[in-house]
Amino acid sequence: MRYYDRLIFELSKPGRCAYSLPCCEKAVLALPENLLRAQAPALPEVSEVDVVRHYTNLSQMNFGVDTGFYPLGSCTMKYNPKINEEIAAMPAFQTLHPLQDESTVQGALEVYYNMEKSLAAITGMKYFTFNPCAGAHGELTGLMIMRSYHISRGDLARTKVIVPDSAHGTNPASAAVCGLEIVEVKSNAAGLVDVEDLKPLLGPDVAGIMMTNPNTLGLFEREIAKIASLVHECGGLLYYDGANMNPLLGAVRPGDMGFDIMHLNLHKTFSTPHGGGGPGSGPVGVAERLLEYLPTPHVVKLEDGSFHIVKSAENSSGQVSGFMGNFGVILRAYAYILMLGRQNIRLAGRYATLAANYIKESLKDAYKLPIPTVCKHEFVFDGLIDDGSSTGKLGATTLDVAKRLLDFGFHAPTIYFPLLFHQALMIEPTETESKETLDEFIDVMHKIAAEAAQDPDILHSAPHNAPISRPDETAAARNPILKFQDEA
Amino acid sequence: MSTFSYFPHTEDDVRAMLQRIGAGSLDDLYCDVPADFIYKGEYDLPDAMSEQQVRDFFRKLAGRNLSLKVFAGQGAYDHYTPSVVPYILSRSEFLTAYTPYQCEISQGTLRYIFEYQSMVCALTGLDVSNASMYDGPTAAAEAMRMAVACARKKNTVLLSATLLPNVISVVETYAKYYGTRIAFIPEKDGKTTLEALEAALADEDIAGVIVPGINRYGIVEDLEGFAEAVHAHKALLVEYIDPSAAAVLKTAAEWGADVAVGDGQSLGIPLCYGGPYVGFMACRKDYMRKLPGRIVGETRDAEGRRCFVLTLQAREQHIRREKATSNICSNESLMALFVTVYLSLMGPKGMKKVNELSYAGAHYLHDALLTTGKFEKVFDAPFLKEFVLKPLVDVKALQQKLYERGFFAALQTEEGYVSFCVTEKRTREEMDALIEAVKEV
Repeated sequence: MRYYDRLIFELSKPGRCAYSLPCCEKAVLALPENLLRAQAPALPEVSEVDVVRHYTNLSQMNFGVDTGFYPLGSCTMKYNPKINEEIAAMPAFQTLHPLQDESTVQGALEVYYNMEKSLAAITGMKYFTFNPCAGAHGELTGLMIMRSYHISRGDLARTKVIVPDSAHGTNPASAAVCGLEIVEVKSNAAGLVDVEDLKPLLGPDVAGIMMTNPNTLGLFEREIAKIASLVHECGGLLYYDGANMNPLLGAVRPGDMGFDIMHLNLHKTFSTPHGGGGPGSGPVGVAERLLEYLPTPHVVKLEDGSFHIVKSAENSSGQVSGFMGNFGVILRAYAYILMLGRQNIRLAGRYATLAANYIKESLKDAYKLPIPTVCKHEFVFDGLIDDGSSTGKLGATTLDVAKRLLDFGFHAPTIYFPLLFHQALMIEPTETESKETLDEFIDVMHKIAAEAAQDPDILHSAPHNAPISRPDETAAARNPILKFQDEA
Repeated sequence: MSTFSYFPHTEDDVRAMLQRIGAGSLDDLYCDVPADFIYKGEYDLPDAMSEQQVRDFFRKLAGRNLSLKVFAGQGAYDHYTPSVVPYILSRSEFLTAYTPYQCEISQGTLRYIFEYQSMVCALTGLDVSNASMYDGPTAAAEAMRMAVACARKKNTVLLSATLLPNVISVVETYAKYYGTRIAFIPEKDGKTTLEALEAALADEDIAGVIVPGINRYGIVEDLEGFAEAVHAHKALLVEYIDPSAAAVLKTAAEWGADVAVGDGQSLGIPLCYGGPYVGFMACRKDYMRKLPGRIVGETRDAEGRRCFVLTLQAREQHIRREKATSNICSNESLMALFVTVYLSLMGPKGMKKVNELSYAGAHYLHDALLTTGKFEKVFDAPFLKEFVLKPLVDVKALQQKLYERGFFAALQTEEGYVSFCVTEKRTREEMDALIEAVKEV
């Protein structure tokens, strides 16, 4: 990777053009003057070559899964298969208008229907909506379903949702924008939801609980059956945050554990590329009795074998996105499921779990492991055992370890999350990494630990080999420059 | 053991790894899971396919779709996609990256988001843009919440009845659960009028007003005086805009709007049966700290080089948790790159030309359709590329005829009109063939 310091605006020269449109001299815009803008927008005027080179140069300052190992905890950065891209690019899907009559899009509707059946088989839920565009959007949709269920029963006092202190930040935020009040349940010393702490929180005002299982420490909530029965007894529902579904892929089904509603991140568990922050897809699954609350539109199969779009339904939560979600992402995930099939799926979660435990056991001599039990797809270290402060210098932090990793061609783990540990370093490999890659990562992590012990300054000033060194984030926030301003 | 191309494990690898862990088998790694929950049944999934089988499978499925010449809009527009755009988007350094948390190795993503924000500001005339939202309708819903958050005690948001149907539906859904009241500004002759707005503003509880730039009938709205009226009631004015048309129409800032939202799809993003698209959201700098979503800012690295970072993060869900006014996390970053590359290629002149060609085509078709005697004019108001007519023939029969001839047009609206849209992609020959088909109904 090398530093490249241009913005497309700086390549602009009036008179250049990179567009190719049919010639039509007579075409004029004859709208009333008062409806038109005073000046043309300040967009760049560049050549096609300028555009291609500029964005190629930008891409070379980026690290992706195709570049190298990406052990980012809770993000499941598995390999993104190329056949998925080929399928999503097929013109017979790309050219479909979302409002075409259902008789003209039977192939697309079949994709939705088959995906619903596949995800139901994988998760033990009954029905799925594909309308949410990301995981957090799925959480919000799932909570809307939860509220609709209670409201339709006249159970209006259920306005609280229980969220563990180890939850992803989106959980409380989704609950809040869904009009729910958040009650936090504590984790115990083993890193699991404290059932004794949960009990007094349960009552007639509880809409439900949001759980991530395995949780953000990578630990399976083994009391889940007990938790499920307690929550159900008090009249609440169980929501499953599917961000950590990967270790359960082909091994355990959330529906069997008593969950009523869940979301999946197709851009995590189902191999679709993350695109630098989306487009994702956050389908939401529900148990059979919650079907009527699913958002609309929703695809169903009719008795004659054709597919039909239910556009509205009396108890539906409503419409949560413009059409039916990110169809292009759903196509990719479907291609992945067909490649996996019933045979390979059994190994996906197991290999992910194998990789995480292998790294954990290989590095616990150099990094603090607060919870030493078997983990699932990820685990959390609490910083270095020897941070080098005995040398009289400032000790190396988790941030320093993360930045030093970049020098060795690895992406950093998730850092300072979950909030339960001050120096949290959350590592998630995935089933698509080879033993050689994991060994290389383990070696580098040992090397960094040794550097920290001897001279933590090497870590403080890292990265040394990235396109840039550490940025001044304080200045960025204090004096925000959020768009290009021509200095001339 | 498997011979599956996405799993690199050999038997020896698995054995050595289990040994390091001290586990006897892969199943031992699930010793913490109660035995009842280990799924022992057969997964009800197809047999694993080869790549070729997968390709053939999807070709067969694709054959059950009809590829049609699109003469419809209503929130999804068939504009031309320059070949450079998908080419750049397929670069795996962009495609397979995560959110740019490690800025030192994500300068590519951060730079294009900065450029994207700059272009959204150029189109809307506003000061600050976020890094993208899911789609236009959800961006409008975020604007609804933002208005309520800015107004503090007021809790009603006014929607123009001429907004696209799916925008109204999504905002209503979000409002229902957020606990915000929605009220409507009724339309008059297909437009949102200042008189109707002022009447609706008599309600003391109005926190914000959402109006379209181009409405559900394709009419370009005249928002003169709207900002003054809305601001007099200490509410936010939000304009829902078509960013392609924004290159020529009066900007959100020129109308005096505080916030602009919309869907970037009209900037050449393929229809793709409804997604992925990209929502955008921009505001005046007074409201910068209330803007939801990620924002990229410029700064310097330790050596003084210009670089870019995620900034103003104190607004976001991972910091504020339940106090956040939005839960958005992943957005549509790659589609923001799409928009950025598209606008770089088109430039101000290309965007003007797209609008001129669309305008010319739409007006040609509009006039020609009226001469067929199968339709009546509904509104006498300025439109750009989309318009509605009142059908004098059976709509189902009309649509069926058009499908047979390979056209998607005459989309029926809630009001019983039929809607048409023409972009620069539609040729004179296609329009003439469409008109001929109409004549046969």
